[in-house]
Amino acid sequence: MKTSKVDKKTYYRGVAMVPYDLLKEVAFAMIGVLAFVLILSAVLSSPDVPSVTLQSWSKADPVDFLTTASGELSGSTVVASYGPPYNSGSGSVQSWGPLNLQQWAGVHIPINAPYDFVLEPLTQTTAGDATLASALTAYEGASGSQQQKWLANYTTGLSTATLAADGTVTVPSGDYGPVSVLMDRMLTLARSGGLDALLLTSDHFFQTDFSRPLLFLDDGGYIADLATQQKLDGDDWGVMNETGRYPGQAWLWLYTMWYQIPPFNSDTGFLGISAANTDLAVVGVMLLLTALLLLVPFIPGLRDIPRWIPIHKLIWRGHYAEMRRQAAAGDPKAP
Amino acid sequence: MSDDAASGAADQATQPLADDETGWTASVRRRVEKTLPISELLPTKQPAYVGSFWVVLSGVVLAFFGSAWWHVSSIGHFFNSIHFWSVQMFFIFMVLHLWGQFWGAGWRDGRAKTWMVGVVIFTVSIGTAFTGYVIQQNFDSQWIAINAKDAINSTGVGGLFNALNFGQMYGLHVMLFPIGVTLLVVLHVIQVRAKGVVRPIDDPMQATP
Repeated sequence: MKTSKVDKKTYYRGVAMVPYDLLKEVAFAMIGVLAFVLILSAVLSSPDVPSVTLQSWSKADPVDFLTTASGELSGSTVVASYGPPYNSGSGSVQSWGPLNLQQWAGVHIPINAPYDFVLEPLTQTTAGDATLASALTAYEGASGSQQQKWLANYTTGLSTATLAADGTVTVPSGDYGPVSVLMDRMLTLARSGGLDALLLTSDHFFQTDFSRPLLFLDDGGYIADLATQQKLDGDDWGVMNETGRYPGQAWLWLYTMWYQIPPFNSDTGFLGISAANTDLAVVGVMLLLTALLLLVPFIPGLRDIPRWIPIHKLIWRGHYAEMRRQAAAGDPKAP
Repeated sequence: MSDDAASGAADQATQPLADDETGWTASVRRRVEKTLPISELLPTKQPAYVGSFWVVLSGVVLAFFGSAWWHVSSIGHFFNSIHFWSVQMFFIFMVLHLWGQFWGAGWRDGRAKTWMVGVVIFTVSIGTAFTGYVIQQNFDSQWIAINAKDAINSTGVGGLFNALNFGQMYGLHVMLFPIGVTLLVVLHVIQVRAKGVVRPIDDPMQATP
């Protein structure tokens, strides 16, 4: 045994020992917690707001769906120019000074927005639809500038589109080329539920990766509007909130807090930290704080806080009272 | 068998190994006996000064019946509620424990490693809870996943840890992270039992150097 170690008899000398039944305490604690959890579950249940599908989105807000779909085709959405790990864009790449982890990591989940979200799903549904097949041929055979011109015109037309009671979207006539057919079929495909399945399709039979449908949803305004209604926006501390009036990941309060204050939410920023790289900055700060928490025992000052703020007097009040009693009795070293 | 013979056999079974006993088993047993004898693992006396089980059990039930079960079954929803509230209790107790250990400076007298393992358990538990929230298969899991991806991607690990990949998150949540938390908790309890609880701060009767 090392000389720096002492046996427990020596370590606890002078401490009053009392009978203690560990297993009984564990059993009672578990039964108590179970009773409390059962009552909470029976009375309060748990949240389960249904997920959004491309089908429910295209039915509830077809204009937003078409705006997003045409945006994916033109490459003007967030995901289309996101950057790693989805593609070689730079629109959502965050860095701090020379530190550019996102760019360094590279593309690992390839997303080609026009192809993956629009052209490929439509190509897979051309059977028996000669109009769609020729529209796809015409679109893919056109020059890039012609494609963008059609899409720009279509986007302008969408802004004055009318929505009938049966969900039909009527876009004023204009020079849209084959885009109006493509978008019409996208809406039909989404409303049938087919697009939900097609965006999951890969080379495998079993599917568990929802990256593409979720990224498509993220590019639209519909899911964000629903989140706003549920008070789940970032500036509502949304990262730690749950739908309804249920507690969410409350333990993320410190992580979420940084998003609410400058420079993390500021456009001008400080020390290279601003809203433009807020995620990277917040994660960095939290990693630093976690390291500090881990190393508290070794950091002078930090490890002394419990000595300076005597909450321990409350925690061990019985022990200190006993010490005072023994001291008053003139026996400070009594075993 | 007489009482004397019975107690003699018991004494022999609980005696430490002889120094000349060799081999891996003897070596491990000697170390365990030295680090944490049964009298320290399950003490009957303590100085005069402990909810995750139900999280795991309700999670096992949910995992057994499949990831979509709780959306279509009232019994399943009830088990989800048990899981949900157990997790809330788990974190409440863990945070109370963390603050208790901080204000009592529980890392003193050679207990720094115990504190550090506790902090690691806290962070792995947050990862476990996060992966649980993104596999709920409801609106909340969609929203959390598409928001969290930006933070994860910004650190460069988005290709490795993809919150939008249900299969990956599911495996991590029901298998790897719970095993990690469980093993770390076992280690943490062994650390606490091996060292015993810490003495009060500025104890006027402090007996150790």
